Amino acid sequence: MSTPASYANPKLFWKRWGGLIVTTVLILAAIAYYYAREPHVTEAVLASTLRQSVPLVLGALCGLIGERSAVINIGIEGQMLLAAFIAFMVNVWTGNLLVAVLAGVFIGAVLGLLLAFMSVTLKIDQIIGGTVINILAIGLTGYFYQVGLSAKGKLNPIPLGPLAKIPLIGPVLFDNPPITYAAIILVFVVHYVLFYTPWGLRTRAVGEHPRAADTLGINVYLVRYVNVTIGGALAGLAGAYLSLEAVGSFDRLMTNGRGFVALAVMIFGKWTPLGSFGAALLFGFATALQTQLQFGGKINIPPQFIGMLPYLLTIIVLAGFVGKARPPAADGIPYEKEG
Amino acid sequence: MSENEVYALEVRNIVKRFPGVLANDHVNFNLRKGEIHALLGENGAGKTTLMNIIYGLYTPDEGEIYVDGKKVEIQSPHDAIRLGIGMVHQHFMLVPVFTVAENLVLGAEPTKGWQLDLKAAREAVRRLSEHYGLEVDPDAVVEDLPVGVQQRVEILKALYREAKILVLDEPTAVLTPQEVEELFVIMRELTKRGVSIIFITHKLKEVLAIADRITVMRRGRVVGTTTPAEATEESLARMMVGREVVLQVPKGPAKPGDVVLEVRDLKVEDERGLMAVNGVSFEVREGEILGIAGVQGNGQTELVEAITGLRSAREGKVLLGGVEAPFRRPRFLIEHGMAHIPEDRQKHGLVLSYSIADNLVLCTYYKPPFAHGLQRNQQAILENARRLVKEYDVRTPSIFTPASALSGGNQQKVIVAREFSRPVRLLVANQPTRGLDVGSIEYIHKRVVEMRDHGAAVLLVSAELDEIMSLSDRIAVMYRGKIVAIVNAGEVDKSQLGLLMAGGQLQPA
Repeated sequence: MSTPASYANPKLFWKRWGGLIVTTVLILAAIAYYYAREPHVTEAVLASTLRQSVPLVLGALCGLIGERSAVINIGIEGQMLLAAFIAFMVNVWTGNLLVAVLAGVFIGAVLGLLLAFMSVTLKIDQIIGGTVINILAIGLTGYFYQVGLSAKGKLNPIPLGPLAKIPLIGPVLFDNPPITYAAIILVFVVHYVLFYTPWGLRTRAVGEHPRAADTLGINVYLVRYVNVTIGGALAGLAGAYLSLEAVGSFDRLMTNGRGFVALAVMIFGKWTPLGSFGAALLFGFATALQTQLQFGGKINIPPQFIGMLPYLLTIIVLAGFVGKARPPAADGIPYEKEG
Repeated sequence: MSENEVYALEVRNIVKRFPGVLANDHVNFNLRKGEIHALLGENGAGKTTLMNIIYGLYTPDEGEIYVDGKKVEIQSPHDAIRLGIGMVHQHFMLVPVFTVAENLVLGAEPTKGWQLDLKAAREAVRRLSEHYGLEVDPDAVVEDLPVGVQQRVEILKALYREAKILVLDEPTAVLTPQEVEELFVIMRELTKRGVSIIFITHKLKEVLAIADRITVMRRGRVVGTTTPAEATEESLARMMVGREVVLQVPKGPAKPGDVVLEVRDLKVEDERGLMAVNGVSFEVREGEILGIAGVQGNGQTELVEAITGLRSAREGKVLLGGVEAPFRRPRFLIEHGMAHIPEDRQKHGLVLSYSIADNLVLCTYYKPPFAHGLQRNQQAILENARRLVKEYDVRTPSIFTPASALSGGNQQKVIVAREFSRPVRLLVANQPTRGLDVGSIEYIHKRVVEMRDHGAAVLLVSAELDEIMSLSDRIAVMYRGKIVAIVNAGEVDKSQLGLLMAGGQLQPA
């Protein structure tokens, strides 16, 4: 799970990748089948899948870089919510979308820093620390929210030239708003940093065996601070996505549990960025399908039940239908220096 | 050696205080280039504290450190590494899920641009293992490796950082006798290549076998420095403990009485469903010690667990005082007079987070005087603790201290106090002195012999042949789940037992 092994042995190769390859082929076949029958619906569902997965994958990245350095971040929901609010307010005041997004990212980072301070320096129980952030965000946004404000502009899709004209793939992958592109790129950036750079190696060492890292001269506290703060920034970007890209305004409690679903996504993805991306797409698909079923009007099921789909999936995933995943060994344990 | 010899490492007048303890009291110590200098002392004598100071994990309150004759400040492991000091900790500092190569370079990674250069890391493992003759596979995941090989990785880690001074903290504690031999070969090889080694231990035989010089510490102070040529096990033990130590507990001949424990055709499976104990029968009488010798992993653990009610057996019977004892009913056994010193004292002997007082009533808390109906009698529990702590000489700040805060020797004393304070007909002691220092070993051995002399039947299991030979009246040798021989203690020597343990046969005399 931590490093790519060598693939000289074909048996090993299939054991490791066989399931993934078969699943991918099946999914592609299913997409082709539906595309042949109902091109527009398929296109819409797939595009919506990707966009629905954006806050989840960003939240999962936030969670996993924290947990890889052994800090559990249960405050992702709060970080997203407050960032969504601040990004929206800054947009209302300045009218500038870029500044608004940066403000959301900044607030997320500040809340990340707060969590790091509570869990690394003060060594508060990390679940409590995260809960503090969630309650803080609900309180602040509820108190300062004013009805009737409207955003000045919204992040709109940017078609990527001729790529956007490719049937099916174009509209789904290459005609998206900026934060969606950013999220996809960030998945690969985090993957690269975590598994192919010294910083990533140190982060994982700190999450598995902090004392070993300490004896090698690695600053355990610094690694945790940096990871949790950057994680907060990622959650902040997810918040900005919600208010500025997905909806174009702010609503009370608009995160709607996505911060917690993101943790399920992270676990489903076995604490890896690529795995989390796959898991986020699955959850995104559940949401997209739910919307399609509700508004497509072809099935006679009460909308409340269809609306449960993504959450049901969360329960199923967390109840352990995904096989054994091993969290970082020191996950959630504050580090005490000796002497 | 001349007066102004330049030492690889020298510490002068090191003082380190912890709350309530003077861990290092004006310690002086020096290390010559290319020597193996053993640092000997009981647990808590201050050896590890001194090494942690040298490695920058603790900062000393007073004193100076010199490397190659130059005064240095060591604030962190980073400084120590820079000065060429490497440390192999008693509990390995390896990331279990990382490969050997990843563990080797962690914290000092080779890079290509921003990228971690794992190819260079693998190459470094190969180069170093070839140069020093330490064979390891760079792509092996550490948690899959045997302990002896993990230790090699630790040594390689230090060498990768170009350590000229290597501190080995109790390196043999976790090794099998054969791995210890291999380690010694490696250590000699390293000194030939200019590495100076500090070897921390409390095992006397090892010190005499490998060290060039020996420094002994006791209660935070250096007692003296000597050489293997001038020292004997007895003299070293005396220096360590500060009084005469009896390495061989005196005991009179056994006076066996009635049979207390009888094991009949016992078959026990291990976790994997393999027959770990495969048809074992023996009996232990009152007033005798039956020692079970054998290389670890030949079914001793499963045998003891079945007898002490921790595991059920496939077939066979265990009779305690003529009554058939049920499996997996430890309370029944305890109430019928069984005492148990388990193999793993931290896992099965104590509840580490409980206070000493609570640990001392773990077998009896539900009975008067410790309980009145549903209520605990705190008064009686504390009184019991105060009495036992005194009687069994448990060194602890208070009876409310959690068991986890005690040293290994004192933890074992708590277990012994608890088990021996009940009426005992059968004592089952599994590896009772593993990891303990000479003083504590002497203590436990004395108590076990005392138990025998009071008429208890004792079943002793140990992988240490010396322990088996010095305590047992009869010796049963276990090999691959079977007892291959039961002999009287006086009638065999060590090499004969070794032969039996390896599956050989005794030649009829």
